[in-house]
Amino acid sequence: MSKLYTGAEIIFKCFEDQGVEFIFGYPGGAVLPIYDELKNHASIKHILVRHEQGAGHAAEGYARSSGKPGIILVTSGPGVTNVVTALTDAYMDSVPLVCISGQVPTHLIGTDAFQECDTTGITRPCTKHNWLVKNIEDLPRILHEAFHVATTGRPGPVLVDIPKDIQFAKTVYFKPKKEKKLNGKFHNNFNQKQIDQFIDLIIKSKKPIFYTGGGVINSGPKASESLRELVRLTGFPITSTLQGLGAFPGDDNQFLGMLGMHGTYEANNAMHDCDLLINIGARFDDRITGKIDEFSPNSKKIHIDIDPSSINKIIKVDLAIVGDVNEVIKIIIKTINKKKLNLQKSNKSQISNWWEQIQKWRSKDSLGFINSDKTIKPQYAVQRLYQLTKNQDTFITTEVGQHQMWAAQQYKFNKPNRWMTSGGLGTMGYGLPAAVGVQIAHPKKLVIDIAGEASVLMTMQEMSTAVQYHLPIKVFILNNQYMGMVRQWQELLHEKNYSESYSEALPDFVKMAEAFGCKGIRVKDPKYLDESINEMIKFNGPVIFDCLVDPNENCFPMIPSGKPHNQMILGPLSKKENKITGRGKSLV
Amino acid sequence: MVKSKSAYSLPTKKEKTDTHIIVVWVDNEAGVLARVVGLFSGRGYNIESLAVAEVDQKKNISRITIVTTGTPQVIDQIKLQLRKLVPVHNVADFKKEDKNVIFREMALFKIVTKKKQIKKCLNVCENFNPIILDKTKKSVVIQITALRREIDLMSIKLKPLGLVSISRTGAVAMTRGAEFFK
Repeated sequence: MSKLYTGAEIIFKCFEDQGVEFIFGYPGGAVLPIYDELKNHASIKHILVRHEQGAGHAAEGYARSSGKPGIILVTSGPGVTNVVTALTDAYMDSVPLVCISGQVPTHLIGTDAFQECDTTGITRPCTKHNWLVKNIEDLPRILHEAFHVATTGRPGPVLVDIPKDIQFAKTVYFKPKKEKKLNGKFHNNFNQKQIDQFIDLIIKSKKPIFYTGGGVINSGPKASESLRELVRLTGFPITSTLQGLGAFPGDDNQFLGMLGMHGTYEANNAMHDCDLLINIGARFDDRITGKIDEFSPNSKKIHIDIDPSSINKIIKVDLAIVGDVNEVIKIIIKTINKKKLNLQKSNKSQISNWWEQIQKWRSKDSLGFINSDKTIKPQYAVQRLYQLTKNQDTFITTEVGQHQMWAAQQYKFNKPNRWMTSGGLGTMGYGLPAAVGVQIAHPKKLVIDIAGEASVLMTMQEMSTAVQYHLPIKVFILNNQYMGMVRQWQELLHEKNYSESYSEALPDFVKMAEAFGCKGIRVKDPKYLDESINEMIKFNGPVIFDCLVDPNENCFPMIPSGKPHNQMILGPLSKKENKITGRGKSLV
Repeated sequence: MVKSKSAYSLPTKKEKTDTHIIVVWVDNEAGVLARVVGLFSGRGYNIESLAVAEVDQKKNISRITIVTTGTPQVIDQIKLQLRKLVPVHNVADFKKEDKNVIFREMALFKIVTKKKQIKKCLNVCENFNPIILDKTKKSVVIQITALRREIDLMSIKLKPLGLVSISRTGAVAMTRGAEFFK
């Protein structure tokens, strides 16, 4: 007879077989048998967070920067309710997570036992799938299935709820079986005819644009390489969603910058005026489309996505290709080469007028701003941070708000998996714990959380985690004392009634850093900004960088509510265009 | 035009909605109905009626029949979202007007009345296979199978004859002819 293992042992055996190296977790009564087993598995390291939400976001940061699933271990009741925000965040942004939660013993389920909650009920709408393990015999199968569901197709979070008695009970363990289709679900469902149609459309097009998203990143680093090849092969302009940044080099001439509500003037206008829109791994989010009826009205639309339910959900498309981005692009490139189309040459003249038009839009310099030598402009701070860190492989996480948009606009990413931000759910407090996870995955790399002072206070306790594990994360706070994006909307939409968006009492972040046992740096004068940033980068340990910025700065350009892409509001710089031009722009 | 104060776009023009019958084959496991129903409520889809029972004991498969209304785009989304659920094996969808599909609901009527009135009740039901399941001196329980609107009509007609209680199932569906799923 095969050897019998306890539930707790089986969890770790499964982790080992799935190649798990790190668990982000927090112990409690209902997971104690699992924590007891931890000491017997040297290859798996547990990272003790300070709040379960932090465990969730750290696992997200780990997953997004490494491409491997993030593992969370939490106790029943409050342990699992605290992780719900992170699970929902991962669900919206398609991040693979496996969350193991403890549960009260099976005979107490439903009796309102201590720290009991309906975990599978609460997490059902925010996971791809979840399981309550009622029989120990099911545990090995369910755990392997959990990894399979989390990491295949469109990735996402899953949760396995394991009652305490199941963690003690014994059964036989078996290793994961080779990939099998789960209930007939397949992920690549396209044919050569669709690829030929795709090529037909790009040959005919005179005003094309690629619109790429997080699906490219999720498809793996190879997908970004394929995308670059395809974009260079066609010579078409490309824009990216917030989540897709880094798939195509941000400083490349064919890249028009991010599109959407705070996207560039050239990207949004190109989306509106194009005659062929090629969506690769993006989902026509409402922050991208603006007014649906007037979204890219004159274009043929192609949508490549692994999730069939993303097709025609918001925008009807002319050609849908359901499949993994990398697989699809590889076949497209192969077909183009086989047909010897020589697109680079033939396209050049065909789309030269289009590029001319794009250059005109570009000359608006929509990301420009009026700089100051008295106060630090937040955009300037991000620009300097980029200039001083671009020579090394830097990983950026953000919180949510104005600083997030400035980071997305001003920081240029050249590689995938270097940019971790909460896009779908927009979770304030995401960036700091995510940076912890990123640093765990890449211990030698520079990891910076570009933060706002309001967001970062939501999960500040994770600084303590960073200190415990010697994670040299840099928390770069653009401190404007306001919930900046809320203040901006109140200014633009609610007659400057700044209701509750000002923080009257903020902590002294430098003293706070010292209290946590890390380094605090404050800078107020633009003159000392570079010097201070360099000090932060050089310091071998976690840093809280309190960058006091102009509190009244707004994030432009912006598509106002209910407006199409070609009716953007531009920043104050474009209004003063006559006064300041050319080189002057970069000086002021 | 009034200036919008929302950062969300305004709802756009409404399309015409149709009634559809969605049939879903699922693993018969704990919580599977909650997943299906939760998907509908979470994404704001309608459920007009619902019928669910195990149909294959060996493979442990249940068949769920849901009557819903929505625009063509919403109906498409319902099917695609359902197919994404892990315990879902297959999804089929029929328009209510589809001539190739049979729809049936079952209803139980309890009528409390005088004995001679009972005959009258049965006459009302006559076209819908009435079966008397229980009969006492002053009451009767009648089972009929029919379409939803026919049962609606029947209950109106039976009301003055002493109808006191109605129990109805949701609609179940089956295609005509030799074709079948799976």
